[in-house]
Amino acid sequence: MVRFVAAQRQIAAIMAGIRPMTSAATSTSGSSPAIKFERVRIGFEEGDILRGVSFEVQERETLVLLGETGTGKTLSLKLAAGLLRPSEGNIQVLGRDVSSMAERDLLAFRRQMGFVFQEGALFDSMTVGDNVAYRLLEDKVKDEEIEPRVLEVLRFVELEDTVDLFPSELSGGMRRRVSIARALINRPPIVLYDSPTAGLDPVTSQTIITLILRLRDVYGVTALLATQRLQDGFALANFRFDPATKRVVHNVSNGNAAGATKMAATRFLVLREGGVYFEGGPEELADTKDEYLKRFLV
Amino acid sequence: MADTPLQVAGREDKTEPQITVAGVLVNAAKGAVADVQDYAMLCGRTLYTLFTPPFYVQDILQQMDNIGAGSLPIILLSGFFIGAVMVLQTGSQFTRFGQSSLTGDVVAIALVRELGPSLTGLLVTGRCATGIASELGSMLVTEQVDAMRAMGTDPIRKLVAPRTIATLLTLPLLTAMTDFMGLLGGCVASVFSLRLSAIEFWRRAIDALDFADLMQGFMKPFFFAFILATIGCYKGLTVRGGTQGVGRATTQAAVLSSVMIIVADAFLTKVALYLADKLF
Repeated sequence: MVRFVAAQRQIAAIMAGIRPMTSAATSTSGSSPAIKFERVRIGFEEGDILRGVSFEVQERETLVLLGETGTGKTLSLKLAAGLLRPSEGNIQVLGRDVSSMAERDLLAFRRQMGFVFQEGALFDSMTVGDNVAYRLLEDKVKDEEIEPRVLEVLRFVELEDTVDLFPSELSGGMRRRVSIARALINRPPIVLYDSPTAGLDPVTSQTIITLILRLRDVYGVTALLATQRLQDGFALANFRFDPATKRVVHNVSNGNAAGATKMAATRFLVLREGGVYFEGGPEELADTKDEYLKRFLV
Repeated sequence: MADTPLQVAGREDKTEPQITVAGVLVNAAKGAVADVQDYAMLCGRTLYTLFTPPFYVQDILQQMDNIGAGSLPIILLSGFFIGAVMVLQTGSQFTRFGQSSLTGDVVAIALVRELGPSLTGLLVTGRCATGIASELGSMLVTEQVDAMRAMGTDPIRKLVAPRTIATLLTLPLLTAMTDFMGLLGGCVASVFSLRLSAIEFWRRAIDALDFADLMQGFMKPFFFAFILATIGCYKGLTVRGGTQGVGRATTQAAVLSSVMIIVADAFLTKVALYLADKLF
């Protein structure tokens, strides 16, 4: 039965477009959180990975998902994007229940989200320019409109010279930056980052984090960021991008006095053994007495 | 590589579930049923996308070039020598009875009805079903399929439908080429081996064929095309286990498509013969 369920989930996610339209997808007022997980459960052959996980991400907020390998960070991102369906619970994104939407509705809805995959997931048969323009090409946007928009986002990630290169000609860090450019081509209000700095050297990681800061502070996107590197989360909490000086500056309020400073808040959520082990701000995490959490701070 | 302190701290003692023969058999049966169900879902969804917009015309043309034009050299070469071998094998038997002129009839009927469609199907399977499975499998393990879905594109419409349409359009044409090259090869062999005249060979070959033979010969490639394209896509989109899984899926795609084409051929031949008997 386990094999059956796992196989079903894998292929059904791709092929679920055959399912009838559901009426469960509902719109709610703008006051609701941008992302809301309610008692979400999902598992595979080796058992449940998430067991009733609940959390919320407010608009313009950055939630950093921390946890060891296999605790469900990537899974949470894919659930938020509707790429996988939970076996229990429901997930609201921008007021719509993505856990019960039909695939054909999800395809349209996902255009409001950007997803930065761990290894970039660039289409290797396309040039960087075509990768970044993919969504616009799909939407049949006019060619004369596509080129400046592609160059604009590539300029944002400081890779405008790579437009005619293929992904195989780029370094790992450049591929992540192209992936970020691709995710923000249509200015989505939500961006999901899957370990954007994993496997990168400290300098390149810093470049990626700066890009995420710019994206947050220039465009005001809501972000869900999965990572194993606590320093990424603290960098997002302790620094901000100043559009006036175009520099990354220290954020004296630690990013959490959002109302007072008009800056985006950054919170942390630690997943462990299928549940939420910790949820709170950077100060709470930094001051923790918990032995398990302290291991992240080493 | 040593475990990190976090991995050691988070580790729990897990007792392995007991494995029994019955359990393995039951799981295998359920897995097989799940596979059939998933494949049926893919076929249904593919059929739906074949007739509903949007169509990725550029992708279809690209795949037609890859599957059709790309397969042409092996089809032409194989077809020619299959026809030649058939003449050499059958001609010597007919010569014993002084009926070597019947060689053209036999080669034409065998090629058009059976060998042309099935051999073309199997050759294209070897080249294209494997290629489709490995390409889509690689895209799956590198999360390109997920990226496509995350950007609002239906992978069935973007990846499966163009490959299926391209195969449906090109396999009958490739079959016609195999038939022609087979007859040409047979003609050359009969001229040089059996000392038959080329005109007599062609006349008898063409006279031997009627509409029912052509219907049978050109009905089969459509089914074979659907089988090889959808099995290639299904195996590619259900890859598990990284790059090793891609290799496994590629082999499975070739084997399963070939077997299914042979099985389908038997049923299609029976149906075609029944229809020919009733209609013509």
